Amino acid sequence: MEWEPVIGLEIHVQLLTKSKIFSGASIAYGAAPNTQACAVDLGLPGVLPVLNKEVVRMAVKFGLAIGAKVSKRSIFARKNYFYPDLPKGYQISQYELPIVEHGHLEIELEDGTVKQIGITRAHLEEDAGKSLHEDFHGLTGIDLNRAGTPLLEVVSEPDLRSAKEAVAYMKKMHSLVQYLEICDGNMQEGSFRCDANVSIRPKGQKEFGTRAELKNINSFRFVERAINVEIERQIDILEGGGEVVQETRLYDPDKNETRSMRTKEEANDYRYFPDPDLLPVVIEEEFIDRVKQTLPELPDEKIHRFTKDYGLNAYDASVLVANREMAEYFDAVAKATGEPKAAANWVMGDLTGALNKSSQEIKDSPVSAAMLAGMINRIKDGTLTSKTAKIVFEAMWNGEGEADQIIEAKDLKPISDSGAIEKIIDDIIAANPEQVEQYRGGKEKVFGFFVGQVMKASKGKADPQQVNQLLKQKLAG
Amino acid sequence: MHNKTLAELSAVLQQGEVSSEELTQHFLQRIQSLDAKLNALVTVTEEQALAQARAADTQRKAGNAGPLTGLPLIHKDIFCTKGVKTTCGSKMLDNFIAPYDATVVAKCKAAGMVTLGKANMDEFAMGSSNETSFYGPVRNPWNLDAVPGGSSGGSAASVAARLAPVATGTDTGGSIRQPAALCGITGLKPTYGRVSRYGMIAFASSLDQAGPMTRTAEDAALMLNVMAGFDQRDSTSVEKDVPDYTQTLNDSIKGLKIGLPKEYFGEGLDSEVKKVIETAIKQYEELGAQVLDISLPNSSLAVPTYYVVAPAECSSNLSRFDGVRFGYRCQDPKDLKDFYERNRGEGFGAEVKRRIMIGTYALSAGYYDAYYLKAQQLRRLISDDFRKAFEQVDVIMSATAPTVAFKLGEKTDDPVTMYLSDINTIAVNLAGLPGMSIPAGFANSLPVGLQIIGNYFGEQRLLNVAHQYQQVTQWHQQTPQEFA
Repeated sequence: MEWEPVIGLEIHVQLLTKSKIFSGASIAYGAAPNTQACAVDLGLPGVLPVLNKEVVRMAVKFGLAIGAKVSKRSIFARKNYFYPDLPKGYQISQYELPIVEHGHLEIELEDGTVKQIGITRAHLEEDAGKSLHEDFHGLTGIDLNRAGTPLLEVVSEPDLRSAKEAVAYMKKMHSLVQYLEICDGNMQEGSFRCDANVSIRPKGQKEFGTRAELKNINSFRFVERAINVEIERQIDILEGGGEVVQETRLYDPDKNETRSMRTKEEANDYRYFPDPDLLPVVIEEEFIDRVKQTLPELPDEKIHRFTKDYGLNAYDASVLVANREMAEYFDAVAKATGEPKAAANWVMGDLTGALNKSSQEIKDSPVSAAMLAGMINRIKDGTLTSKTAKIVFEAMWNGEGEADQIIEAKDLKPISDSGAIEKIIDDIIAANPEQVEQYRGGKEKVFGFFVGQVMKASKGKADPQQVNQLLKQKLAG
Repeated sequence: MHNKTLAELSAVLQQGEVSSEELTQHFLQRIQSLDAKLNALVTVTEEQALAQARAADTQRKAGNAGPLTGLPLIHKDIFCTKGVKTTCGSKMLDNFIAPYDATVVAKCKAAGMVTLGKANMDEFAMGSSNETSFYGPVRNPWNLDAVPGGSSGGSAASVAARLAPVATGTDTGGSIRQPAALCGITGLKPTYGRVSRYGMIAFASSLDQAGPMTRTAEDAALMLNVMAGFDQRDSTSVEKDVPDYTQTLNDSIKGLKIGLPKEYFGEGLDSEVKKVIETAIKQYEELGAQVLDISLPNSSLAVPTYYVVAPAECSSNLSRFDGVRFGYRCQDPKDLKDFYERNRGEGFGAEVKRRIMIGTYALSAGYYDAYYLKAQQLRRLISDDFRKAFEQVDVIMSATAPTVAFKLGEKTDDPVTMYLSDINTIAVNLAGLPGMSIPAGFANSLPVGLQIIGNYFGEQRLLNVAHQYQQVTQWHQQTPQEFA
């Protein structure tokens, strides 16, 4: 039987505020345990939460960016459960009336197709603290620095049909929240985390199968692997005549397997109810309009513009757009040269290669967009050939200056004087009588050898077309 | 000296007849010699009080004294007091020393007031007799075999026995007004949002409100001047100017329209109490007020509604008492589950556990709509009743409690009967309205309180109406014999 996976993601986006969602404590990462937890974060008797208005602005910005409905009135609710790193015994979250509902995101697949993924809702909530089990000799340490860190939980519709689509969606979301400057996207520090709901059904069936929720899949690689092993596990169960149980499963990256954390029967009854300490969040139309003014050009708009105005294909455009800085870099180069395809090739090719090799971010690139544009303009006007351009790029990367300086210094100007080229050709013909013989005897493959020799002797500065033409004349004898 | 009101003591200090240190010393001595009979205080902060008093005297000498500078008070032990044990009447917090001051405490300090100590109370403010306290019951100064009411029983008994001129209290379903009535003092529960809840240990967040417990309406006005106001640390506090509540005390109440809800004068109201209230109403008519019979048709729903809403909120509010970061912690827990179960099982008393259980049930999946959601709908109906009534009348009056103080132990085995002692006060909290109780006479030698309910942010009117009555009556000046 052919099985179809059905996947939905819940992504926790840590909002890039200075202070916590309900207190004035800092959310900076990496502080000594419990040094960034104030009375409110500790859940001391008598303390009260006060909403950080910045998180509302960020949530609205996000809602607008995914074409969602921004709720004029949303409610904070308490999710009640006991855990040592949950100071109040409840998490303040949003339940029945979230701040954002009914949005969508487009993903570009490798085969060039574009798919729209529904976003059910996005709601604001506070993070819990951290339980530390190591270094305490059988005891558990509690660090509440993270308690109260603002999160936007983004819940997708079950619209994803493969692990690859899930990754594409997650990457697109990762890129979007950084475009919006509402999240630093740092997955190692937990600023962008993901849970996946996975089920399978026979292809063509309408009803969903029983799903498992996968936790702890906090890298693009793990998401793909975890979902794939979970799909395999469910297929094995169903094909063996068994039944999938609704449960929460933990992905273990070391063993590349998922294992049960708790079943539906063991699940908490969270006893949600509106938090009486917080007023409903009321958002005026005027506020939404003001936030709208601050939206940058969004990834989808950029992709659309790059394909339409620059003639890039959707996949290349989506690769460039994934990283806002790269997109802006490319855009600058394309505009300055009028050569978008060359710009795309250089940015995705040599530049990305060099950056990866030295583990640098594009914003720290030693070759600026203006420098790359300068070089491409020299290709355009025929000063550089593809070969000399590579030399120039490498020199620019090494800090030897801009394209024109390097062309001068390395004497890379093309030899346009046909007399000079003729001289080189004459010398080479004279030096290789055997090959001349072969060519004239009908072995035309040898022609390439002569081109190579001439280009080498000219240090790549000869115009290849001119070389071809002159060589043909001379070899014809 | 201890029979003087806050206003009178303020004048005495101003004239320099006594110093704040002497005054403080005097009240501390009374506490020392008399509180053994009452058990009204959990903690006496003698050293801090004297230090605060001396600082107040210095301030006065420098010419910077306000009206309440150097005047002593007692805080209900529900308010966090920096560096001082804050128990909320519970074993759970017997070891808890608050690291910060509640906004109410900070405001009283800023006004130069002197904290004598912390008042006993029903555990986590859950009770109507002060018998649920981990520190034992408080006794009524009028009859030591009777309860003082609750949950602010220690505050009420302290003021009635002249252990302090004023005390703070909190009122979730009547916890200021009912003990004020049973102890023969004046108590004011302000409009929800008028006083900050920050640092006041939450029982039911949507109902809790702090207020003053005093001898007179004038004293309550002086205290509310200090306590009221928006607090950016409490989102439910209201950004509304605080008037000087003493300015309108002497306004005439001629033509005042008083509504008497028929539902508050029916079955369950003690006939002796009823007589006292009727006499008080007559007094108001003599002052020029007009009395109208009104109806609050959903009154009978108030108690059941309250006993869903308040336990639901408390079940969640009290989750933080888990023994992880502060409070009671059991010995040698087997595992995490055992740790939680025993910390909470051993740390909380029976009434608190009962309400956590009721609340947890009411919020559970499958019951939420039938209980919590329904209760919220009823709450709206109850508020609407009052809204309509206030289109007709200026204030509403009734007995604060249906009976006078009952005997210790009389109702402890029957929670429902106990809950009914708040039948006249609960609806006011559900609607978020301000309410007062003032002494109106005696029945069977025990005080009777008259409840006055006002419209939203109508504290000025309430205090004015109460003060006018106190200008022509002496009930508020009566002192229990043993504490004269």
